[in-house]
Amino acid sequence: MNVIVCVKQIPDPATPGALDSATNTLKRDGKLILDDSDAYGVEMALQLVDAAGGGEVSLVSMAPNGETAGMRTALAMGAVKGVLVSDPALQGSDALTTAKVLAAAVQKLGGADLIIAATESSDGYTGTVPEQMAEVLGLPSVTFAKKVKIEGGVLKADRQTEAGYDEVECPLPALISVTAGVVEPRYPSFKGIMAAKSKPVDTVTAGDLGVSPAGWAGAGQKVTQVAQAEARQAGEVIEDDGETFNKVVAFLENLKVI
Amino acid sequence: MAINNVWVFAQVSNGAPTTGTLELLTKARSLTGNVTAILGGDAASVAGVLGEYGATKVYATGDLAGKLPGVAVAAAMKAVIDGGETPDLVLFPQNYEGRDVMSRLSVKLNKTVLTNSVDVVVDGDTVAATTPIFGGNTLVTTAFTGSAPYLVAFRPKSFAAESAGGAAAQVVATTVPDTGAAGAAKVTAVHVEESTGPKLDEADIVVAGGRGLGESDKFAMVEELAKLLKGAPGASRAIVDAGWVPYSYQVGQTGKVVKPSVYIAAGISGATQHMVGMKGSKNIIAINKDKEAPIFGIADLGIVGDVHKVLPKVIEALKGR
Repeated sequence: MNVIVCVKQIPDPATPGALDSATNTLKRDGKLILDDSDAYGVEMALQLVDAAGGGEVSLVSMAPNGETAGMRTALAMGAVKGVLVSDPALQGSDALTTAKVLAAAVQKLGGADLIIAATESSDGYTGTVPEQMAEVLGLPSVTFAKKVKIEGGVLKADRQTEAGYDEVECPLPALISVTAGVVEPRYPSFKGIMAAKSKPVDTVTAGDLGVSPAGWAGAGQKVTQVAQAEARQAGEVIEDDGETFNKVVAFLENLKVI
Repeated sequence: MAINNVWVFAQVSNGAPTTGTLELLTKARSLTGNVTAILGGDAASVAGVLGEYGATKVYATGDLAGKLPGVAVAAAMKAVIDGGETPDLVLFPQNYEGRDVMSRLSVKLNKTVLTNSVDVVVDGDTVAATTPIFGGNTLVTTAFTGSAPYLVAFRPKSFAAESAGGAAAQVVATTVPDTGAAGAAKVTAVHVEESTGPKLDEADIVVAGGRGLGESDKFAMVEELAKLLKGAPGASRAIVDAGWVPYSYQVGQTGKVVKPSVYIAAGISGATQHMVGMKGSKNIIAINKDKEAPIFGIADLGIVGDVHKVLPKVIEALKGR
């Protein structure tokens, strides 16, 4: 069984985000790392391929400046190869363009039995790309999957709902998006990290994939205003001396909620 | 452009339209008198309430027979548009089904989407949506540059749901076209997770726990306090990622957005991604060991201390009342 995982390489979430003053879009020019949210998909893909007794895990990604640092992390975990779409013309792409580009990258890899993505990225979090990709590729999908197995060539997943969860069955090929915490991502071994350096990543442009228009021209949206929200004022901050629980109780009492 | 026709993706839970649906209808009718609800299901029992909140018409697919709404409702919407209807704006709730339907429809119509919005503004020829970013410190306004229909998804509680006392919406049956391979996923069983307290995004009091709890067993303290206060337990992304509690507990940018009267953050440092989901709370109490934790910057009452010492005492004091 072959699985393709969509991985996003994002600015380190530990550093504060910033907007590019010219375009009012997120700055993505520094060092990029593998989005934590995608480590779950990579791990799940590796486990499903293991369980199937054969096959491989490949990656697709879209990032500026030929960045592969985040993809190398996923390759170090055990993915075997990847396609990176890197193209200045893709700067400013909206989610729909991104979905079309990633779908084309999936096709360049010859498709797969299963495509896995996170439910949303940690930096832009539009949260529509996986389902848009499924529609572009004409595939069935199970979004917000929190438990996944393949039985007799059929995908069986528990899908998060407002009220609880649904059991869903879906024939392959299919696309799923997985929630965080769904599996425990492995740490890359030293051997894995060394091996990842020589694993093939095919870097292509949007044009190579036959996708256009991309970037600003294709976005269909434009940031027109950036404003500071009304700041919330800090209140009283006190060190616990063993009695501060009284303050909490008094605060709740004051609000008449107890 | 003038907005003359607004659609709302409507959802029904326990036989009634969801609060989110009523919020979007309230906003929709402030833009135009021509508001249509689109429902993946049967509308007979909800047309009254949908009308009361502003829908003049509801397209209903009837029972989806196990098909996932994303594929089915988007296909039904596309069929109605192909039949000659011309919505200017389609409003979706930012939730599981809303996101799926919107995504599928955006590809079918080749239209961009704006998500995580808290408002939509029509100004002359421009339609723009507002989205808070960086933990809600910055508001970004993004305008659509192409042609309608414009697709926008809104966070819960972006608008207050207010009845307009309208007459029942006219129910129009619509069919789901053949969705081929894309529609092959089927729901085989539905599980409702029993929760004794209020729902996280509707609770008046939320007690949320984070990494500062130290280990998963300690989340029981959070649940106990929430129960005592008749509130709902919530969680930071860190402990959801760690597998301590399910995704459905997550408060934040990628989880639920809550606006309770009181939010108690226990062992939560206040990462941007968390704050965006709770900073609209009326009152915030934070308990954290690190006095530099960003959560103290927005807390009305901040206790610099160990949650393992403070929370049990609060629980005990409340039990003794």
